[in-house]
Amino acid sequence: MTMLDQYEEFVGRGEIDELRLLGQQLQGRRVVTVNSTAVGGGVAEILSRLVPLSREVGLDIRWDVIKGGEDFFSVTKRMHNALHGKAETFSAHDYEVFRETTKTNLADMDLDADIVFVHDPQPAGLIEARRADRGRWVWRCHIDVSAPQPDVWDFLAGYVTRYDATVFSAPQFSRNLDLPQVLITPSIDPLSDKNRALTDAEVDHVLDRLKVPRDKPIITQISRFDRLKDPLGVIAAFRLAQRYNDCRLVLAGGSATDDPEGAEVLAAVHEAANDDPDIHVLELPPTANIEINAIQRASTLILQKSLKEGFGLTVSEALWKAKPVIAGAVGGIPLQVTHRYSGILTHTIEGTAFWIKQLLNAPDYARRLGENGREHVRTNFLLTRHLRDYLLLFLFLERSGERIVNLH
Amino acid sequence: MTTIRDRAKRPFHFSSSLDLTLLTNRRARDLAELLEHLRAVPGSVIYYHTHHFLVQHQYLSPEPPNDFAYWVTGVLQEDRLGEQLAAIDLIQFRTIRALRERIIEVIEGHLNERQELRTAPEGEEFHFREAVSFVVPTRHSAHDLTEFADCMEKIGFGSLSFHFFGARLRMEKGEDDFSQWLVTELGEAELAAAIARLDPYTYTLDGLRRAVVRLVRHRLQERAA
Repeated sequence: MTMLDQYEEFVGRGEIDELRLLGQQLQGRRVVTVNSTAVGGGVAEILSRLVPLSREVGLDIRWDVIKGGEDFFSVTKRMHNALHGKAETFSAHDYEVFRETTKTNLADMDLDADIVFVHDPQPAGLIEARRADRGRWVWRCHIDVSAPQPDVWDFLAGYVTRYDATVFSAPQFSRNLDLPQVLITPSIDPLSDKNRALTDAEVDHVLDRLKVPRDKPIITQISRFDRLKDPLGVIAAFRLAQRYNDCRLVLAGGSATDDPEGAEVLAAVHEAANDDPDIHVLELPPTANIEINAIQRASTLILQKSLKEGFGLTVSEALWKAKPVIAGAVGGIPLQVTHRYSGILTHTIEGTAFWIKQLLNAPDYARRLGENGREHVRTNFLLTRHLRDYLLLFLFLERSGERIVNLH
Repeated sequence: MTTIRDRAKRPFHFSSSLDLTLLTNRRARDLAELLEHLRAVPGSVIYYHTHHFLVQHQYLSPEPPNDFAYWVTGVLQEDRLGEQLAAIDLIQFRTIRALRERIIEVIEGHLNERQELRTAPEGEEFHFREAVSFVVPTRHSAHDLTEFADCMEKIGFGSLSFHFFGARLRMEKGEDDFSQWLVTELGEAELAAAIARLDPYTYTLDGLRRAVVRLVRHRLQERAA
């Protein structure tokens, strides 16, 4: 069985056939995809699956990673924050570091291809290698640039506007640019440890190991300990619901040892939890994929009460397990949850508490939300849909201007 | 009177439509802005916002209404107008131009009665999007009613929506491809009329598939009798 065939059980034969057919249209195209890290982070995780699948359908694809020193990645980290709207100061030297690292990479990389697909701000400057007579260039932005710090955006726009197209993950993340902007949402991999099916015994084993009893409904939020994920709001909502419904809360996220702000939030979370035996605060290592999977599968309800969010793919992970989700209506979450159809969108602590109670007391409705959510993810947020969008994008680059393209 | 034939000279080749979504740089915070953009956007934008729900949310029954109704109700909380927009009878329109005019007319009617505009909260603006449709062949084709019913049971939702909605409105053929083929190739005027009479917008795509298969299988039983 090929790698692509393994997805047939989730999406059906028809969808796999369509991917192969699109691949035939793009047979032998040389594609280079470039990002800034080979491991760690969502982009590398997705590429590690999409690149072999693209090869399987017929693309001649290479994945390259730019190199940079600590100074470069410190500048791009601050750029990332500033593009998200957090105030940062940049000196002429910072921009020079960016340009110099770009220049070094340009000297080392082979970017001669039919399509050059560049991810995020770090490698955006590679567009300098573009030749007028060949190759199409795409800049894929995985972050929310809806309200960026103007000086940083202006610097980046100097590169971005020279691409043939940009790709954003949510409509509100896009910028007013005079080039085609494509909406391609991220995806989850149903075969990964974080999402694959687990047996009841596996789930029980993990919950036992984490010392979370399964004697009453479990309400869960999986997220790092960050104010924007509002863990204190989650505890407050849980307390309101707990007055009427006997239930447990699991707050699980990455360890905060390297992150002073995270450590502060974690301390505040422990204080708010106040040793309540029904509140479980779990610090998990980055490799705890099966643990997260098991916790989600053991949960009755899953929350993602974010105040600001990138795409919020943890919502799709929860929905894929057919769990009813209550989530903040921010970032990419409304694309994943249609209020009252495939989950619940809330704006306040009180609203979240209200819906926790409602869903705990109306299990049939909660079950329907979860089932609808799973089908929504099956149609829109699995890796195969992501691959299809990329293949369509490549075809679009060759035929832009047409709105109905006949591939017969 | 048309002659009923067992086997078509030209088989029905099932195609499928795969859509890529473009962002248009257009966004509306209130009804006045929504109206302004509705007048100016290409037809592919109107098609996107009245049809993408059918494929992206094909498991829901009944499907949520078009995007305009969903936003007006859910974000602007203009329930009355939202209901009017949701009730626009898409099956009645043979062109996107006519559909666009009706949507505009409904919103104008509402604005004539109420001058005060509600504004969407920040981050919940209406973002106009557009579909680029790639029409691809599938491996399914039918020469007669039995093969047609068998294929209908196997084709994907992209194929079903392409032949039902895309053909009628996006290609402006005025009728769905299935009904047209059943009449011209097999002389099955009554069966075609029965399929054309289905309001496809009130079914899930799977429900629609089952309704068509039921009609075709029923006709096969009639013929056998």
